[in-house]
Amino acid sequence: MELRLEGVSHRYGDVEVIRDINLSIPKGRIVCIVGPSGCGKSTLLRFLGGLERPTGGQVTQVGSPPEDSINPLTYVFQDFALLPWRTVEGNISFILADHGVRGARAEAIISDVLARTKLSDFRKALPKQLSGGMKQRVAIARALAVNPAVLLMDEPLSALDSQTRELLMDDLVTLWTRQPFTAVYVTHNLAEAVRLGHRIVVLSRRPGQIREVVEIDTPLESRTLGDPALDRMQKHLWTLMRAEAEAADMELVND
Amino acid sequence: MTDISAVSSGAPSAPLPANAQASPVHFRGGGFRPKSPRGIGLLVFVVLIAFLEWGTRAGFISALTVPRPTDVFATLVDFAQSGGLWKNLHPSLMRLLVGGSLGALAGIGVGVMIGLFSVARAGLVPLVAALFPIPKIALLPLFVIWFGIDESSKYALIAFGTFTPTVVATYGAVDNVDRSLIRMGQSFGLKWSTIVLRIVLPGAMPGILSGLRVSLAIAIILLVAAEMLGAEYGIGAYILQAGSLYDLERLFAGVTILSLLGVILSALVGLIEKRLLGWRA
Ligand SMILES: Nc1ncnc2c1ncn2[C@@H]1O[C@H](COP(=O)(O)OP(=O)(O)OP(=O)(O)O)[C@@H](O)[C@H]1O
Ligand SMILES: [Mg+2]
Repeated sequence: MELRLEGVSHRYGDVEVIRDINLSIPKGRIVCIVGPSGCGKSTLLRFLGGLERPTGGQVTQVGSPPEDSINPLTYVFQDFALLPWRTVEGNISFILADHGVRGARAEAIISDVLARTKLSDFRKALPKQLSGGMKQRVAIARALAVNPAVLLMDEPLSALDSQTRELLMDDLVTLWTRQPFTAVYVTHNLAEAVRLGHRIVVLSRRPGQIREVVEIDTPLESRTLGDPALDRMQKHLWTLMRAEAEAADMELVND
Repeated sequence: MTDISAVSSGAPSAPLPANAQASPVHFRGGGFRPKSPRGIGLLVFVVLIAFLEWGTRAGFISALTVPRPTDVFATLVDFAQSGGLWKNLHPSLMRLLVGGSLGALAGIGVGVMIGLFSVARAGLVPLVAALFPIPKIALLPLFVIWFGIDESSKYALIAFGTFTPTVVATYGAVDNVDRSLIRMGQSFGLKWSTIVLRIVLPGAMPGILSGLRVSLAIAIILLVAAEMLGAEYGIGAYILQAGSLYDLERLFAGVTILSLLGVILSALVGLIEKRLLGWRA
């Protein structure tokens, strides 16, 4: 299944947030969206998952999701969004149960995703007992449990410290290499973008427009910390974003 | 750089400059975290009662102002042994149970509706605001006409009295449920009913339970008021009788029972909170 944004524009009242965005999310690849703060990245992601409707243009889905996909468009949120009153497995099982997956089948799915996210020992733990990195791994496990056709991630690592972020990026790469998934990954961290993105979309400041789309051919698993080609790419992205970010910063001051 | 290496490799405390004085950093954290150590609550009661006992015995509190605690206690024991206690307590408890749970359940239901539906919010919030300040006891005659002089009018009064505070607490609690959790539920394609039952209600539970504490106290007040206005048996009727005879011992015995009732109900809510809200950090 592919997702496409066709001439998508959006305004909140008088404020134009997004202007004429055309983009396709190819199957089995990770598309990173970067851009200065307030340029409409999260808004774009909400359009992709059908949580909000753009005022102009449309979001289309090409082809149908696989039969066994329980929730084709699934989010991973920056703030984890775990139910604090449910255990790790409870946070996953209640979603499966609502989609009619119970008993042994649910059990098999839960064990599988918890094993893949290295959480098998924490099944019965409550969110308050977990570290930030573990909470986000639970959220990722929950997203994987519904076998999404497209994963929509809004700054999933931004609430974590840089070491945990590094580890979780490795985890995401491992997950992807074992079983490639389609994902849209919003971030303001360029290092994350060059590490995880097959395609990086740079947005301008508000109203968000596509400044440039960069493809990175290096396979995910062979991208290493300090790879000179990736560093060059990251510098290039920064030069693109720098002027935008500065201008966006000034705008807020002048407002 | 040199600073850092000096600190990490040097002696645990480097020699001080000659004129410097070492003093511990002034502590200004702590506080703002009231706990309730066991027994202190009890101690307050014990001290207060002991003081009254001493005062009435020593004579600087006249027996006409406050009865002697031991006398009140003896009256209570008497009351229990004669079977009068149960005869009066049982109808009171029934009224509290039936009226209180009717009002609380209806209040939670309406509160959740106000929290979820725009129409309910627009229509009911002003209505609840209009009902809240009415002294419910003033409506007892009305309830007697509507529901009859017997138990039903008392149930209705208590239910009505607990209803409004429960509604207000509940819709406030629903409003305060973390919206990002609801958005998460929608993004996983959950059914509306599942979002309400598994996300909104548990999320609103802390607020609903603290509202329940207030509602239960109001229920006790209304119970007594209703029983004073017309009941053969009941703690309220008992207190009224004692009062009209200026029998302070029995009056205080009745009041003691009410206070105990309040303490027990509040402890019950505390117990429920402990069981249901253990997930709070
Ligand atoms: N519900 C809303 N109503 C009005 N304005 C909104 C709403 N949601 C977002 N905006 C505005 O739209 C713009 C884009 O918001 P969005 O959250 O998509 O930005 P973002 O690129 O994700 O920013 P950040 O990097 O800070 O997360 C911002 O200026 C924001 O103030
Ligand atoms: Mg955002």
